[in-house]
Amino acid sequence: MSSHDTHHAPPPRPRVWSGVERALAAVGISGKALVIAAPAIWLTVFFLVPLAVVFGISLTIKQFGRPPYTPLLTNEEGTVQLTLHLNNYLRLFTDQLYVAAYLNSAKIAFISTVITLLIGYPMAYVIGRAPDQWRNILLMLVILPFWTSFLLRVYALSGFMRGNGVINQFLALFGIEPLVMMQTDFAVYVGIVYTYLPFMILPLYTNLVKLDGTLLEASADLGARPVRTFLSITLPLSMPGILAGSMLVFIPAIGEFVIPALLGGPGTLMIGRVLWDEFFANTNWPRAAAVAIAMLVVVVIPVMLLQRAQDAMRDKEQAS
Amino acid sequence: MVKNPQLAIDTRPWRDPTATPFVRLRNVTKKFGDIFAVSDVSLDIYKSELFCLLGGSGSGKSTLLRMLAGFEQPTAGTIEIDGQDMTHVPPYNRPVNMMFQSYALFPHMNVEQNIAYGLKRDGLPRAEIAERVAELLTLVKLQGYGARKPHQLSGGQRQRVALARALAKRPKLLLLDEPLGALDKKLREETQFELVKIQETLGVTFIVVTHDQEEAMSLATRIGVMDQGEIAMIGEPTDIYEFPNSKFVAGFIGSVNMVEGVVTEDEPGHIRIRSEELGCDIYVGHGVDCAPDQRLSWAIRPEKLALSRERPAGLFDANVTQGTVEEISYLGDVSVYQVLLASGKRLRVTQTNTMRGNPDAITWDEAVYLTWGDSAGSVLTV
Repeated sequence: MSSHDTHHAPPPRPRVWSGVERALAAVGISGKALVIAAPAIWLTVFFLVPLAVVFGISLTIKQFGRPPYTPLLTNEEGTVQLTLHLNNYLRLFTDQLYVAAYLNSAKIAFISTVITLLIGYPMAYVIGRAPDQWRNILLMLVILPFWTSFLLRVYALSGFMRGNGVINQFLALFGIEPLVMMQTDFAVYVGIVYTYLPFMILPLYTNLVKLDGTLLEASADLGARPVRTFLSITLPLSMPGILAGSMLVFIPAIGEFVIPALLGGPGTLMIGRVLWDEFFANTNWPRAAAVAIAMLVVVVIPVMLLQRAQDAMRDKEQAS
Repeated sequence: MVKNPQLAIDTRPWRDPTATPFVRLRNVTKKFGDIFAVSDVSLDIYKSELFCLLGGSGSGKSTLLRMLAGFEQPTAGTIEIDGQDMTHVPPYNRPVNMMFQSYALFPHMNVEQNIAYGLKRDGLPRAEIAERVAELLTLVKLQGYGARKPHQLSGGQRQRVALARALAKRPKLLLLDEPLGALDKKLREETQFELVKIQETLGVTFIVVTHDQEEAMSLATRIGVMDQGEIAMIGEPTDIYEFPNSKFVAGFIGSVNMVEGVVTEDEPGHIRIRSEELGCDIYVGHGVDCAPDQRLSWAIRPEKLALSRERPAGLFDANVTQGTVEEISYLGDVSVYQVLLASGKRLRVTQTNTMRGNPDAITWDEAVYLTWGDSAGSVLTV
């Protein structure tokens, strides 16, 4: 009497989407596939396709007209011809300007990363170890600047550092000659460190807040003074946070345009500015595209290698 | 010449009033805000003792241990270890090591590095460190596990690494916070004996914090029962169990039947208590510090009560009462009877199952007599 048994089963809930689901199933698409497809489609349309377009442009040469570059594909009397120009990339290596710009960008990004780490680590440590009721307030203070426009904050910095800015006015009270801060590398460092500090603090904080306090007690119990405990326990255990934070600062800093443009001087050679000049001043789209692609390679490859190394380390640990 | 073997019974320094204690807590108090975590604790612990601090959660036992390790500073009072005042010495300068409840093994170091950590801080030469680590791995039976990381070990193995690490520096005093708490029952029993063996071999003074009374009873030379930040009783396991000094201690350790009564006879050699709850008089065969007509409590362990179908002779017209068997739980080795008295009071009685499948065993709903000896129970005034 199975019909008798099923009598008490609750009736199937009416499902709003079942009609849509059936219709999709008819053409062979399941709901699961759709969920996976959404981000894939997004990435394809807004990331992969534009990237391919830029890469394509980087393989052409500049010409006057609209668009300001030679077409990749030409159709001459029925024969389709693909013309690839590699001179844009060759110029990147041969022209000292580009090499210098890349190296200088890497240098500025690296030094800025080290400075943000040195400032951000103690801050993240204090926030992570602070009592619960303080922690959210302190984190809020770190995130608060994001509520103001990035550009506005950079302009505000120049208000501090320019010739008759706040700092120099303050120094004048003590009879100190005004300092030249704007249009120097110093101003660029200040700008990068100031704007990217939260990106260092947040991953470090999420790491340090998980740090088990009893490990520090165990270290002290075994005879380690606080500095030793920091070097032997806290620092190695926070390495993933240090790496994550450094990546989040280094990668955007290397391609930074706004900060060197607004705060830096003519001597502050950074790849973001070179790219801007190529694109807008020289209208050399292909060259600018090549600069962008090369930067991607310079930045993405180290990151991928690092990630690989980290994964391999974790795998090795789990396997042994 | 025959050398008399030294018996454990001879080495009870706490019974010798001239012995100098190894650890001495004097009026130690710890306040967190307005709350007294530990209040006015004075305690002497002797060399090579295995002292258990026993108490429920929030009794202050862990705070006391943390003050001994140096992680907490007492609000008042002094802590002396081996004759030296340690009250304000930081943990890294104390001759004390601790085994943490969570073990607190360093996750980024392997077993060897974990054990060697304290030795490296002492600046020992490398060869000596390696030798000591190997020695300790043998002691805790973990040879061949030196290169493993903590996450590759089982709970029992981690516990032994933690023990080895805590013992590495040959501390004068080892503090153990719930050392067996994270192990399952069977492993706990095995480890318990191993722990005692290691303690006896090395002669290190152990202070163990635990909430498990069985663990405390089987491990300890002496137990300090803690309640609400105070020491309720200090004594050998048998004292704590057989001669509790308060209703709290009697109720906290093991199971107990407690009844109230009024003193009717107060002689130097005996007292008599009339108990409405029991429905009979209690004759206690020794003098008790009390007054006639005083209301007090009397506690008796379930195994000290005897069950019978016939009325037993009894003593001085006391120590016999009557009831009905209401419930029996058979536990294998013993059976626990719950007997309902006329007053509505229920008593627990345990009987050892000496005979296999005894057909004549007392069973449900039978009317039974209960009796006990004149020194089987404890008179408790607090």
